[in-house]
Amino acid sequence: MGKKISLAAMPLALGSMFQKAYGQTALPAAVVDVLNFALSLEYLEYHFYNHCIVGKTPGSAVTDVTFNFPNAASQAAITTIRDHEKAHVDLLVGALGSSARAPIAYADTDFRAGGTFSTVYSDYGTFLAVAQGFEDTGVRAYKGQAGNLLVSPGVLQTALQIHSVEARHASHIRQMRTAAGTAIYKPWVSLGASGQANDSGVPQVDAVYAGEDLTVQAGANIVGIGGNAGITKAVAVESFDEPLDKASVITIANLFLKDCKKLS
Amino acid sequence: MKHNELETKNELHEKSLFDKTVGRRSFLQYAGAGAAGIALVAAGCKKDRGYENPIMGGATLDFKDDFGVLNYAYALEQLEAAFHIKVASAPPASFTAAQKAYFQDIQFHEIAHREFFKAALSTAAIGSLEVDFSSIDFTSSASVLGTAMAFEDLGVAAYNGAGPRIKNGTYLLLAGKIVSVEARHAAYVRDLISNGSFADFK
Repeated sequence: MGKKISLAAMPLALGSMFQKAYGQTALPAAVVDVLNFALSLEYLEYHFYNHCIVGKTPGSAVTDVTFNFPNAASQAAITTIRDHEKAHVDLLVGALGSSARAPIAYADTDFRAGGTFSTVYSDYGTFLAVAQGFEDTGVRAYKGQAGNLLVSPGVLQTALQIHSVEARHASHIRQMRTAAGTAIYKPWVSLGASGQANDSGVPQVDAVYAGEDLTVQAGANIVGIGGNAGITKAVAVESFDEPLDKASVITIANLFLKDCKKLS
Repeated sequence: MKHNELETKNELHEKSLFDKTVGRRSFLQYAGAGAAGIALVAAGCKKDRGYENPIMGGATLDFKDDFGVLNYAYALEQLEAAFHIKVASAPPASFTAAQKAYFQDIQFHEIAHREFFKAALSTAAIGSLEVDFSSIDFTSSASVLGTAMAFEDLGVAAYNGAGPRIKNGTYLLLAGKIVSVEARHAAYVRDLISNGSFADFK
């Protein structure tokens, strides 16, 4: 892994921050739970991208990745994101130490989701659509767990930084989807074409966007706030990303895990 | 004129960053962005001294309580909104229609954030900051994009750095709802400058 990538994935040498804060003492059980939950998601994301990149490597034994990247930049971007997810996995494994969950292998996954996304590795558009689902879910999952990490500021710091890296991924994937076709996907989560919470154009991932259309924040109605007519409902939705609770995230993640490997 | 240079050099902010008393007549000034990041200058001009008195009071931007952190976010959102309002009102001629539309979006997101903090902080809110963007060439795409990138990366870094100092889970979540939107902005602007650089921040 190049130096640049490790910096991007782990600004300020987060690994050492973890070790400094927790190397000698046990993490609280609730924090271990959150980190193992995050680790499961990171394993999923890593394998999703890694299988694609390995499949596009000349001479690879992986032969089911049959779509072609439209250009070198798109393959490079997916490689970069794959490397970040790997860095996140390594970081979490290092932080958890002996408390880390058993690794998830590619063989434990089903990115075709039982046939819902049967073309995920044969159609570039489907691949990107699922990627967007993963990234937007990741952002929501970390956000939903932040409060549970208040007891461990060092861990919270690291989780927040991973959270914002996932949001950068989501933004880029959305731009890649726009570049790949005729539909437009904003880099930020907006309202769907019919005013629904899911703006991805993929109804199979409605659960990923459930509740993203909130327009009232801490009691304040964001639509038109401060007399600004430009703050429409869509703007209000775009301006705030919503969290997702653990159970909902697990339901989404389990779509991509084989029966005996599902999260609970 | 005595300046307190407030520099951010990485994804974490020092507590001292806003541990200064900023009078209502003081302002945050954009001072330039370089490889090291962005510098904000909190400046108290001599002509403003006359307005500072104990009755009006000032606003202390520090992290000693959650209101301090929220006011820090409010200050940043004011700065970002002011910048993006200028860009959206007169974008560089070379901006494409799509870029103009997305910079309109970003403008409204930042206004929404600014107004949200103003409403949420209510009487605890600091006043409106005056901005000075005289060092920015708003007609140049490179200048606007470079500055936007610096602002958005700074915003992400600031929220990430402030997060662990927040004590209340509700406020932490609100900051979390905003920071990922700033990160989406940052990645978009970075990709405009150099496609694929969405997460190349230091």
